[in-house]
Amino acid sequence: MAHVTFTQNIQRHVQCPPCNAEGATVREVLDTVFATNEKARGYVLDERGAVRQHMNVFVDGRPVRDRASLSDSVTATSSVCVMQALSGG
Amino acid sequence: MSDRLLIGTRKGLFFLERSGRWNGSGWHITRVEFLGDPVSMVVHDPRDGAIYAALHHGHFGDKLHRSDDGGKNWTEVGVPVYPDMPEGVQPEAHPMSGKIIPWKLEMIWELQPAGTEETGALWAGTLPGGLFRSNDRGASWTMMRDLWFREERKQWFGGGYDAAGIHSVIVDPRDSKRVTVGVSCGGAWRTEDGGETWNICAKGMFAAYMPPEQAYEQNAQDPHIIVPCKNSPDAMWTQHHNGIFRTTDGCKEWTHVDHVPVADFGFACAVHPDNPDMAWFIPGVKDEKRYPMDGKLLVNRTRDGGASFDELREGLPQEHAYDIAYRHALAIDDTGDNLIFGTTTGSVFATKDQGDSWACVSNHLPPVYCVRFA
Repeated sequence: MAHVTFTQNIQRHVQCPPCNAEGATVREVLDTVFATNEKARGYVLDERGAVRQHMNVFVDGRPVRDRASLSDSVTATSSVCVMQALSGG
Repeated sequence: MSDRLLIGTRKGLFFLERSGRWNGSGWHITRVEFLGDPVSMVVHDPRDGAIYAALHHGHFGDKLHRSDDGGKNWTEVGVPVYPDMPEGVQPEAHPMSGKIIPWKLEMIWELQPAGTEETGALWAGTLPGGLFRSNDRGASWTMMRDLWFREERKQWFGGGYDAAGIHSVIVDPRDSKRVTVGVSCGGAWRTEDGGETWNICAKGMFAAYMPPEQAYEQNAQDPHIIVPCKNSPDAMWTQHHNGIFRTTDGCKEWTHVDHVPVADFGFACAVHPDNPDMAWFIPGVKDEKRYPMDGKLLVNRTRDGGASFDELREGLPQEHAYDIAYRHALAIDDTGDNLIFGTTTGSVFATKDQGDSWACVSNHLPPVYCVRFA
């Protein structure tokens, strides 16, 4: 299972502890996480399911290419980091 | 007379109360909530005492919070959600810039309680160009689909923002199914049936930013804010991009107000709750410059329906003042004597005498987005 971590900045709005999640794509992994933490979904993704403009998602250190459909591949040993962008403040 | 004030700013929500002991204005800050977070709109609901604050997070999107205890504790409630795009439909491009306008919430720009008898019901105006209603104190929201799916809506365009937005929602106190909205840029629209159907009602406004033959096109108008006379609701005023207009017949016709002193550009407007001929405006140099003429802040007041104006300057900075009051940043209370406005520089000014004299409340708040009595 991929290991998923969230920016510290999100924690004051919604608790998002590190977790392991199943999934072969970023979409599947995040859907797994949000299935038990629905509130967090709206803080990371917009209502169309895309990564919010000033949020970033990294897989194994690389920013995801497909911010709309989240189709980037994830392996069982991947690290998925949900980060706050430098912009947007 | 209201003794409590809510100020939404770029960096938090400020509660003020009046006690007569601070800076001569009588107002002092008693509470700060959401410090550091942009508060795009705040409203106090007189029907049940709730306060709603719309947060415009740069990273995490827009969120709506409600307090049922005067601001001590807050609950995050729902936000408006745009409809799924029907099959084969593409998101519209901005008619001028060509930029694609996605169907998703960009900002909550306006919040208003619905009718007096509709406790728990709210209206929200949003960017891009959406109007939503909640019947459950913000927990869930329903889009007014007739307005959103109209062909004319696709021609709306943004002014200060990329997308058009609904910034004014006016519920008729005589009939809560009659609701008027102001759109930048999309004119004014009215429903008589609670939002099921809509008709444009911006006749008489003109737009100098359009080709001459389209200057009076109602759907292209940019009323920066539309404000009714609370107890004479067929009378409304608007500070439009191209001047000041008023209607006295429930938006059938808008009349341009000539000979506004200093400048007729601005954003904010207040109307006396009982006297439809009395209104206040905060002018700025038009239109891309947007600062007080000669760096001297003033408020324009008319008491005769726009036939003449008083230039109100006493107590306002008259040297190197570069304050602009945003469209929601001027408020008047139910007595019609007390007004307060906040500015882009974080200054707040209050009057107890309809603007004859002003006192500074603060020069050090974050940029002010909205001011509302509570």
